[in-house]
Amino acid sequence: MRVSKHLTVVLLIVLSVLFALPLYWMLVMSLTPNDLLKLSSTALWPQAFTVDNFLGVFRAGLMMRWFINSIIVTAAATLLTLLFHSMAGYAFTKMRFWGKRFLFSFSIAGLMVPKEALFIPLFLLFSNFSAHNTYLALYLPRVAAPLGVFIMVQFFRGIPDSISEAAEIDGASEYRTFFQIILPISLPAMTSLGIFTFVLTWNDYLWPLVSATRKEMFTLTTGLASMQGNFAQATELGSLMARGVIASLPLLILFLLFQKNLIRGISISSGGK
Amino acid sequence: MKSRSSVMPVVVFIAPFMTIYLVFQMYPLVQAVLSSLFSWDLLTSGREFIGIQNYLRMFGDSIFWHSFKNTLLFVLYSTPLLVLLGLFFAMLLNHSSKYISVFRTVLFAPYVLSVSVTTLIWGFMYNPQKGLLGVLVKTLGRDPVYWLTDPSLAMPAIIYATVWWTVGFNLVLFLAGLQDIDRAMYEAAMLDGANSIQRFLHITVPSLSRTFMLVTVLQIIASFQIFGQVYILTRGGPGGTTRVLIQYIYETGFRDYQLGYASTMAVFLFVVMFIISFLQFALFSGEKT
Repeated sequence: MRVSKHLTVVLLIVLSVLFALPLYWMLVMSLTPNDLLKLSSTALWPQAFTVDNFLGVFRAGLMMRWFINSIIVTAAATLLTLLFHSMAGYAFTKMRFWGKRFLFSFSIAGLMVPKEALFIPLFLLFSNFSAHNTYLALYLPRVAAPLGVFIMVQFFRGIPDSISEAAEIDGASEYRTFFQIILPISLPAMTSLGIFTFVLTWNDYLWPLVSATRKEMFTLTTGLASMQGNFAQATELGSLMARGVIASLPLLILFLLFQKNLIRGISISSGGK
Repeated sequence: MKSRSSVMPVVVFIAPFMTIYLVFQMYPLVQAVLSSLFSWDLLTSGREFIGIQNYLRMFGDSIFWHSFKNTLLFVLYSTPLLVLLGLFFAMLLNHSSKYISVFRTVLFAPYVLSVSVTTLIWGFMYNPQKGLLGVLVKTLGRDPVYWLTDPSLAMPAIIYATVWWTVGFNLVLFLAGLQDIDRAMYEAAMLDGANSIQRFLHITVPSLSRTFMLVTVLQIIASFQIFGQVYILTRGGPGGTTRVLIQYIYETGFRDYQLGYASTMAVFLFVVMFIISFLQFALFSGEKT
């Protein structure tokens, strides 16, 4: 037992080093001058230290614009998902109305629709309104995926009916009950849903690639992708890696802060718990 | 018995989600099926109803079959790797109670990165002259290996990068499943003299079977949607050996502007994935009864 415990820890340390190494290497290159990287890019410690690669991002190029685009699109998708999906989820669990079962099943059926199979008709839909290269086109389709409704319904089912019933007896309207009593106690579920939506939207690739064709409307994810694949990049490896670091930092920070919520969101959404 | 809710609040609560859901999820689905029956060329004539012509064309299109075969290969190789490694990592974590959260953080972290960060890092990892793997090969005294431009290595290289990127997702699901198993069952088995292999076979495996099926189905669905890694790292090359179905749909729609035909292939992909999702759904509902 002792031996296998030690062996487990050793294995985990080796694995963790292997998993962290690519990220660490990106960080090292981002802090190394471009000229040095032309000679050798495989040092595991910066051969000379510089922050020029990061400063360069602010000085030139569209990187900052893409960063702002990503923030706007992700924030809008996350907030709308939180609001609309919790409202719908609440109605499906705590309100009584005709056709509820059907509407709920119909909404959940959308979970079986793979997002990546819809980009052609979605493209045509936004083309009809000449709405490509707008923020609206980037975040609205993301709010349509019913995953959030599913997550919120799972959570609301665990809240006793007596809470909202008591509020109603006290004369509170449905709206007041929801916004002043239910939402505050839903904070853990909302945080899980919010962080999960944030990560998925920030990392969206195919839809922004299709819809936002003007460079100014790229997101960080599509923008960074557009900088890869041409060989001119190899001369400015450090600058490129600095952009990679900047694109990853918001998510890594959020992940470290809200790790438990994100993992809970994943567990609930997959039906695991 | 509580009375029925009044109409107005119900509408207010459901309408915002339902509207967006209908317009941006359900309508496009119908639209995809409809446009698959049209010849819809953005460059020339516009739209013309041609019945099932697109489907006939698809079944005779060798590039389509080739892309589908590449997608299937990716699914067939990546799914067992990602599922079994996820399970293995989760069992390691579950076994070492002390630093569990530190290791979990490191192994899960790549999952939160975007596909373009993943390809940025791995594109250079695989670079024969500039990458860490290139150096490793050199120190072993071998000839340089051209991971992404060698037809027999490109797909495996993409699969390894994908394992690094997404195995944390499966790890988390397995870990949750493992931690749900009652410790008392292991203790009782140990008192009865069961060794660790017996405990694994008779307690862990049966308790985890539902999680195992769930992770497998989710992984198959995710793997079928492979696109970004391939498109950024190899553009489907060398010689089409890594071109996957979504890339072919994308190119048909937005390079060749044949939206009807692109829709047809999207419908095909949808049907394949619907069948798999349905298995997942059946799995859940079977569990409840």
